[in-house]
Amino acid sequence: MRKLVLSAIVAAGLTAVGGTAQASGGGEPLMKPGFSWEGVFGRYDKGELKRGFEVFHQVCSNCHGLRLVAYRNLAAVGLDQEEIKTVAAERELPDAPNDEGMVSPRPGRPSDKYIDPFPNEKAAASANGGAAPPDLSLMAKARVGGPNYVYSLMLGFVENPPADHPIPEGKYFNTYFPGNAISMPPQLMEDLVTYADGTKATPEQMAKDITAFLNWAAEPELDERKSMGLKVMIFLLVFTAMLYALKRQIWKNIH
Amino acid sequence: MSGFQTNNKVVSWLDQRLPIFSMMQHSAIDYPTPRNLNYWWNFGSLAGFVLVIMILTGVVLVMNYASHTSMAFDSVERIMRDVNYGWLIRYLHMNGASMFFILVYIHIFRNLYYGSYKSPREVLWWIGIVIYLAMMATGFLGYVLPWGQMSFWGATVITNLFSAFPIVGEPIVTWLWGGFSVDNPTLSRFFSLHYLLPFVIFGLVVLHVWALHTVKSNNPLGVEIKTPADAIPFHPYYTIKDLFGIGVFLMFYLAFVFWAPNFFGEPDNYIPANPMVTPPHIVPEWYYLPFYAILRAFTTDIWIISAKLQGVVAMFGAILILFALPWLDTSKVRSARFRPLYRQFFWLFLIDCLILGYVGGKPAEGILITVGQIATAYYFFHFLVLMPVLGRIEKPKPLPASISAPVLKEKAHA
Repeated sequence: MRKLVLSAIVAAGLTAVGGTAQASGGGEPLMKPGFSWEGVFGRYDKGELKRGFEVFHQVCSNCHGLRLVAYRNLAAVGLDQEEIKTVAAERELPDAPNDEGMVSPRPGRPSDKYIDPFPNEKAAASANGGAAPPDLSLMAKARVGGPNYVYSLMLGFVENPPADHPIPEGKYFNTYFPGNAISMPPQLMEDLVTYADGTKATPEQMAKDITAFLNWAAEPELDERKSMGLKVMIFLLVFTAMLYALKRQIWKNIH
Repeated sequence: MSGFQTNNKVVSWLDQRLPIFSMMQHSAIDYPTPRNLNYWWNFGSLAGFVLVIMILTGVVLVMNYASHTSMAFDSVERIMRDVNYGWLIRYLHMNGASMFFILVYIHIFRNLYYGSYKSPREVLWWIGIVIYLAMMATGFLGYVLPWGQMSFWGATVITNLFSAFPIVGEPIVTWLWGGFSVDNPTLSRFFSLHYLLPFVIFGLVVLHVWALHTVKSNNPLGVEIKTPADAIPFHPYYTIKDLFGIGVFLMFYLAFVFWAPNFFGEPDNYIPANPMVTPPHIVPEWYYLPFYAILRAFTTDIWIISAKLQGVVAMFGAILILFALPWLDTSKVRSARFRPLYRQFFWLFLIDCLILGYVGGKPAEGILITVGQIATAYYFFHFLVLMPVLGRIEKPKPLPASISAPVLKEKAHA
């Protein structure tokens, strides 16, 4: 057993090397509010996902795309079929050519991926001071710190940047953004949205909800993954214990 | 140790024409194995187990992957989102690569500690190094396939290493790329080779096991099997021990798959590849980091030999030097248990490799440059100076007469 412990330590040492490679980034240490889906038993909070969707739909989606998520996937955040159809139909995309070869726009369907707010990246950049707002499908795992980064960034705006750190015209100071000068203006004002479930829309509340929604968008399989993991691990514990007993039995005359 | 016998006429008929049952009996059941192998000897079979997992999950992934720059990233995301259990298959494959390297590194360091590379196991050791090299190539090629930012820029940096060679360098790089930058031809050929190499590794593993069964396993005492009492049949003793090892390993592996699937990865690789935007800090996968540190340890051009060329040569040299280890090590004693000096330098060498790994993962600036240079110097010092000298000046402890001798002595005392 001592040797197994040793091997675990060596493995942990090797993995620590991998871990340290990620510990770079910009700005202050991130805020860690603690999320419902963290930890071995962590799961998404359905209410949080729904509220997060409301913030995304009413605010973020005006500039940001979510191109890897299909409208039908929104059932997982608590939208019913009618609501999904309504959300999908809010934007249009070019239909397949008709019998005369004419292409006309059609409203989105539940089977479509989230339709981008801008027709292309150039249009997105030109409408936003030269910097195209990034797609948010994978944002919660495409930055060091993941959801903690998203949460911190949402709350990291400072109205009066430090005097020794001038911010260019059209940019804003964000404590957590690499280089601090971010093109996105501060978004989360008190009561920016009205939640359907009556929750008070404080900036902290909205930051947490939108982070939950974006984490779901990046890792929609998380609930299934963690629950399968528990079952697999319980099976393996019992199975390995039995293998160990068998090993002892078979080896008892050798030692 | 009875050889293969059967009353089944069909089995017997087949075995006389193709002795597949005799062979299995000979090499998986009767195979005489030292009775004193500890758990460090589990890692070879564990690595073989992971190779099978990698090939199986890989074959399934390929069914849904598109090796085109315009589709690769999204096809991987489709696997993660829309393919049934695609996320499981992909996370098994992604983390399986890291597991494969963890196991093989432990396997290699077990070799170094117990002197398993020494006569008559030099060819066995060589095949092992070739497997390791093939794994490094496969891992690199595979990391490019999702076509994220780190895929693209990692591929650019690593293939560019070949440009360090004078005159032939640039044409080699163009030839590798299939163009003048990392682009669609690069991705297609990397995909093709990434599918090919695991089967090459599989063939090499067959050779590795063949060589092993010819010279037999080393053991913690480092003395050869001399009497029948020293050995036990592989089955059931080591089949059950290996199975138990697989159970423990699976718990370690799957803990990452289910709860920290992106622990070994880089967040940047969830950003689609963009040739116009360079990530601030390009790092290779963790398992290359020690060699990346050696590559970057050379910072001054010497005459016409550029720092880059020195680094590239040193990086390849750091692995190729392992081929000469059976002769660089002059000690007659295999196991570090009986080598009081080498045992200490073994741990120093392990720490040196971990330091190199740490330095390789950090930006090359400030004190870390010096640390990396010292650690690189020590890496080569270990092989080129310490290994030859230690064998000459060290006074080894007395070796036991045989593998079973210490066991029998214990029994006599009890």
